[in-house]
Amino acid sequence: MEIETQTLLSIAAYIGGGVAMGLGAVGAAIGEGYTAAQANLAVSRNSEISGDIFKNMLVGQAVAESASIFALVIAILLLFLDVGTAEPLKAAALMGAGVCIGFGAIGSGVGSGFSGGQACCGISRQPAISSKLTTNMLIGSAVCQTPAIFSMVVALMLMFMDFSGQPLYPTWAALLGAGFSTGLAAIGSGYGGGVAAGASCEGIARQPESVTNVTTTMLVGQAVAQTPSIFGLLVSFILMFKSFPESTTLSASMALLGAGLCMGFGGIGPGIGNGMAAEGAVRWVARNVSRAGELMRIMLVGQAVSQSTAIYAMVISLVLIFVV
Amino acid sequence: MAIEGVDIVKAAAFLGAGLSMGLGAIGPGVGEGMVAAKACEAIGKNPNEAGLLTRTMLVGQAVSESTGIYSLVIALLLLFVV
Repeated sequence: MEIETQTLLSIAAYIGGGVAMGLGAVGAAIGEGYTAAQANLAVSRNSEISGDIFKNMLVGQAVAESASIFALVIAILLLFLDVGTAEPLKAAALMGAGVCIGFGAIGSGVGSGFSGGQACCGISRQPAISSKLTTNMLIGSAVCQTPAIFSMVVALMLMFMDFSGQPLYPTWAALLGAGFSTGLAAIGSGYGGGVAAGASCEGIARQPESVTNVTTTMLVGQAVAQTPSIFGLLVSFILMFKSFPESTTLSASMALLGAGLCMGFGGIGPGIGNGMAAEGAVRWVARNVSRAGELMRIMLVGQAVSQSTAIYAMVISLVLIFVV
Repeated sequence: MAIEGVDIVKAAAFLGAGLSMGLGAIGPGVGEGMVAAKACEAIGKNPNEAGLLTRTMLVGQAVSESTGIYSLVIALLLLFVV
């Protein structure tokens, strides 16, 4: 069966668009559901300020929604994009773009929901500091959107960069791998950042005077939790910008696809783990603010150990790209 | 694109190496994070035992790390030995 290039490109764009929106809808929906559930709980606890809680719920959900809006934008672009007289290689790039934003939106969507929900609960406990809680929620949620933004950047680059002149084999695997690397790695960092942000909203509601320490610890913890997705971005960039010598062997292609999958999956665990460590530290900084320094130290040591597996995954990815 | 026997074996080894290290990294990452979260909780509750708790955390994480190292070993074996 001989497929024309134009047909192949349409097939890739349509499958990519479907995957982008299908997977991209998962995270935000779960996150917003969590926020709404916590808002219900909060209203039942303190129904006099249901207006404030309702407002905060909508703001929190709007931030969580942005991850899936990124996916929607990419999906629409994939459906209506005119790639012109491109080469078959572009088909792999379009498929990679869909996979990248689809997976990449999951973690950030779920994660942002945690901070929204905890902020609603916090407002019901401490109505007096509701603006502080909303601000903290917005900072935390914004940081946990970054992995989704990384995924969108990689998806847009895959769609609009010119790959003509590169050999089809094995570059197709590199482009698909680039999508998997950032997309999958973003799941962990987005989720982890959200867990930390949720704990900080809970903590501030418990001890409003600890807000500076809590927000600082949250931001440091979230920054470390972002690193696996930055590793994923790095591997994606190498896969997109390095030119690979033409090779029709299957092994050359599989090495590059394997590199992307390795860094992508490898980033999930450490991202979630770093977020959990940050959550524990943030929670207890709020309860025992005099020990903020010690808690920050133990958090960073714990995160460093949890990070090690992401570094192993990056090493294997780089070996697959540069050595074998 | 002609695929030969040796080539397909090598391709499988490379893909397997990537999946081995990639999937193998998920568990230790999450597990070690849980340990660190609970260590923070314990130090928050009882700051005087910070040294002992840090040691316990690190030993626990080292044990949890072992499966990540198994994955790394298998990935390296797939890449360079088999």
